[in-house]
Amino acid sequence: MSDAASAIAIEDLRFRWQPTRDWVLDIPRLAIARGESVFLAGPSGSGKTSLLSLITGIAQPTEGCVRILDTRIDHLRGAARDRFRADHFGIVFQLFNLLPYLSVLENVLLSCEFSAARAQRAARRSGTPAGEAVRLLGRLGLTDPQLHRRPATELSVGQQQRVAAARALIGSPPVIVADEPTSALDADLRTEFVTLLLQEVVEAGSALLFVSHDRQLAAAFDREVDLRRFAPAPTPP
Amino acid sequence: MSMLTLARKSVWNRRSTAALVVLSIALSVVLLLGVERLRTDARASFTDTLSGTDLIVGARGSAVNLLLYSVFRIGDATNNVSWRSYLALAARPEVAWTVPLSLGDSHRGFRVLGTEVSYFEHYRHAGGTPLRFAAGAVFDDVFDAVLGADVARRYGYTVGDTLTLAHGAGKASFAEHADKPFVVRGILAPTGTPVDRTVHVGLRGIEAIHADWFAGGPVPGLRLSAAEVRARALTPKSVTAVMVGLKSKTQLFNVQRAINEFSDEPLMAILPALTTQQLWDLLAVGEHVLLGVAALVVVCGLLAMMTALMTGLNERRREMAILRALGARYVQIFGLVLGEALLLTVAGIGLGLLLLQALLLLVLPLLNARVGLSIAGWPPSWHELTLLGAVLLAGFIAGLVPALRVYRYSLADGLTIKL
Ligand SMILES: Nc1ncnc2c1ncn2[C@@H]1O[C@H](COP(=O)(O)OP(=O)(O)OP(=O)(O)O)[C@@H](O)[C@H]1O
Ligand SMILES: [Mg+2]
Repeated sequence: MSDAASAIAIEDLRFRWQPTRDWVLDIPRLAIARGESVFLAGPSGSGKTSLLSLITGIAQPTEGCVRILDTRIDHLRGAARDRFRADHFGIVFQLFNLLPYLSVLENVLLSCEFSAARAQRAARRSGTPAGEAVRLLGRLGLTDPQLHRRPATELSVGQQQRVAAARALIGSPPVIVADEPTSALDADLRTEFVTLLLQEVVEAGSALLFVSHDRQLAAAFDREVDLRRFAPAPTPP
Repeated sequence: MSMLTLARKSVWNRRSTAALVVLSIALSVVLLLGVERLRTDARASFTDTLSGTDLIVGARGSAVNLLLYSVFRIGDATNNVSWRSYLALAARPEVAWTVPLSLGDSHRGFRVLGTEVSYFEHYRHAGGTPLRFAAGAVFDDVFDAVLGADVARRYGYTVGDTLTLAHGAGKASFAEHADKPFVVRGILAPTGTPVDRTVHVGLRGIEAIHADWFAGGPVPGLRLSAAEVRARALTPKSVTAVMVGLKSKTQLFNVQRAINEFSDEPLMAILPALTTQQLWDLLAVGEHVLLGVAALVVVCGLLAMMTALMTGLNERRREMAILRALGARYVQIFGLVLGEALLLTVAGIGLGLLLLQALLLLVLPLLNARVGLSIAGWPPSWHELTLLGAVLLAGFIAGLVPALRVYRYSLADGLTIKL
């Protein structure tokens, strides 16, 4: 697997939140191919969320490099990094993904608000970004047009997570990262959510980096990466 | 949907807090502008009490004192101007007109001014407005009186009523000139000046009630009836002060010097506009304290806004993390918080202006009718706009604090959504 084919390529990455703190991550090499779906495991505090922050350019590596497609995101500065994130990433959190004062549809379309490229891709697929949003919501089982106009807070947690998935998927970004998106769902909903998400990710051709504590879900992914593999060497005294 | 729409919807989502913030800013703006407007209008109507008169002449003494008793009816003259000096003054070639003023009597707490008919022609206030009669006309007979608006309203006098004058300024004066009642001939419209609280009679009237008096009291055994007094010449021996109009302003300082150096008796001429200004400056301390208090209220209003924004921030931290994840730039998030502060401040200022206008519309007709104060309504003056600009600037600064904090949060939080 060469770097050119990678959606995410990490080399000699070391990271700590503050110079006085311990190292959180020490990853000599990690590559995720375009369109590949990866299940990211690791105990609490092992740095899963930190890794996603580095990949999406919200945090900067202390050492090493993070490449997204052909771009070193750790070399981008300020606004350029933010624009890059808008164009290339779909992000799903564990909870509270939606802005409470927007409708379901507006929440999905928010992605296109910050990225013209994604708005264009969405329009190419379904005529308009709104059309694409409705299509995605429908694919994820939210077909009722009445529901699309409701405030996001009026939805059940399972429905909210599916809206968040639709927002991450719209405009087919090359990379989708999801940080424990199923941990608030019960077992049945979890498998349903993961199945729907994987199906859409494949269709969009995006790479997926999926964090979860639930090992049972791992089987559905192309590959599993355990962060314990990269346990940072203890700081010498 | 632009950032602006997002900001609008976000504020709307927290509308009850936002409304309280806007209201508190609005009320502080009402207070600030209200105080400011009252202050400038009070100054204007104070300095406008007397206009069109070039000089006021009285016995030599303190300039402020002369102004106080001749124009504001406060305090008493220590000395008078003799009738002979008055005639000499009136005869000067530079003098266009003179109005003698004779003070010292009162009617139920209001001062009595003895003067001539020309007073009603030459007395000007509020930038040249002449006196206007609400009812009746100028005095004609010796025992006629013209009442200021307050006097008439206080005691319900109408044209044709009779009243008696008392010696001295006290309300319950024993030495009443009860034997020589005056008839109300005219009532003046309100002016917002001491004229409203004055009973005007002719100089001859003042002479008449004192014809059987000597050295401040009735002469025992000498009792003159009104009819007997009327038959007398009634030329005054002295007056308290004189209002002077000149033919040309260029003569002002020459005439003033000539009067100050008058050899027959010690006289003094003051420029009423200048002395009024000096008097106001003496009172300006209170004026500034008032404005300072109003400014503090504005600071409180903005602090309330800052508190609301800061406490709202914890709740919005999540919102900011979502926006950051979606690729919103720092400046946009910074602008979202700062823009909200500015929006609330502008809304507060707007509402404040509206409330103030509504208040003025309600109160102005009342004020104008009762005290003749002419407080201007719309538009706000430049000075007021400057004050509002300062409020906006303060709102900007109050918004910077939470905006900078959000910036720090979004740097520190990473992808973790803080609950
Ligand atoms: N924003 C932050 N500032 C400082 N330190 C942080 C921050 N976020 C995480 N850390 C620290 O980095 C380490 C890794 O945290 P991280 O959130 O990446 O773990 P995680 O694997 O996602 O854990 P969990 O499974 O509980 O979500 C922890 O020790 C944590 O205290
Ligand atoms: Mg985590």
